Amino acid sequence: MSIGHTLLGLLEAGPRHGYDLKRAFDEKFGHDRPLHYGQVYSTMSRLLKNGLVEVDAVEAGDGPERKRYAITEAGVTDVERWLTTPEKPEPYLQSTLYTKVVLALLTQRNAADVLDVQRAEHLRGMRILTDRKRKGDLADQLICDHALFHMEADLRWLELTAARLDKLRQAVTR
Amino acid sequence: MTPPPGSLLCAEQLRKVYGPTVALDGAEFSIHPGEVVAVMGPSGSGKSTLLHCLAGIVTPDSGTIMYQDRELSAMSDGERSALRRSDFGFVFQFGQLVPELTCVENVALPLRLNGTPRRPAEQAALKWMERLEVDDLAKKRPGEVSGGQGQRVAVARALVTEPRVLFADEPTGALDSLNGERVMELLTDAARTTNAAVVLVTHEARVAAYSDREIVVRDGRSRDMERAV
Repeated sequence: MSIGHTLLGLLEAGPRHGYDLKRAFDEKFGHDRPLHYGQVYSTMSRLLKNGLVEVDAVEAGDGPERKRYAITEAGVTDVERWLTTPEKPEPYLQSTLYTKVVLALLTQRNAADVLDVQRAEHLRGMRILTDRKRKGDLADQLICDHALFHMEADLRWLELTAARLDKLRQAVTR
Repeated sequence: MTPPPGSLLCAEQLRKVYGPTVALDGAEFSIHPGEVVAVMGPSGSGKSTLLHCLAGIVTPDSGTIMYQDRELSAMSDGERSALRRSDFGFVFQFGQLVPELTCVENVALPLRLNGTPRRPAEQAALKWMERLEVDDLAKKRPGEVSGGQGQRVAVARALVTEPRVLFADEPTGALDSLNGERVMELLTDAARTTNAAVVLVTHEARVAAYSDREIVVRDGRSRDMERAV
């Protein structure tokens, strides 16, 4: 999963401090693997350097200064590109797909389109494997079958998620 | 309606309502000769209704279906029946073979109904049974063969008239993975050899992966997935 894109996507709702970003990330996507503060600040430094975020305000306190970050136009474009580019089909990418769907919902984008684009990409991959399997020997067939079953499982997840988008929207925007 | 260039069968703005249920609500479709198109979608989405409309089995309430340069939706029942016998082939999930006839008689049946004498009809049937690797079952009755073998016999029967369009509705739905794959390999190979178009209704991605492209039907509306990317 791309932490940079996820943090950028969270900033689309409005400027936030690093601590708020971490908390929002952990709540929506962290589950049993919360972000370290170090990861948040190193990621924000990189995004700042690349012009995808800017410092919106600086608050002086007892400790170090607290920076509030805002997403730039270039940042919004970058999130848009990430969400609309299908992932290369491979096993165990559900967490990335889940993140994309939730972010699309949170940012009022068309989450059904995100799922459809991914679905088409998966089926394209399955066609290539099926063709290779038809032309190959038994070893090829078994290797392709392994990949095909994983991709089929992803596709079933995509279909199930598409059928539950309204409920998911209610859950994540609560 | 102007059919897309080179299309064999196409449909525009199909609508079909059964009582309070809207089965099709503006569905679109087109297929070229030699092309295999998967029609996917959840149960109750309208994909079988779409197939039945395209095949002239069901008349849509509105919308246009063109087969070559003829408007299917404007033909009489008799004209559509004649077209189904001469130009279309069908494979379904269950119960397609006549139990009282042998397998070769089952495969020869569409030719016999079109007036072909018994001997040439059964010779042609055997040729297709060889291609589907079930010629050794010629003298057996459907009750004596396995589900996978019976489905291959059904595919041979659907192809014996060398149809221009083969309609397959969940053709592997009752088979295990291995038998299902073999049926799909043989079905798509045979259709490509004769340049037949295949309209393949399935909810299984592994079956749809044998197609050239897919459309998804949801709530009676179709989406061409080539255009989704």
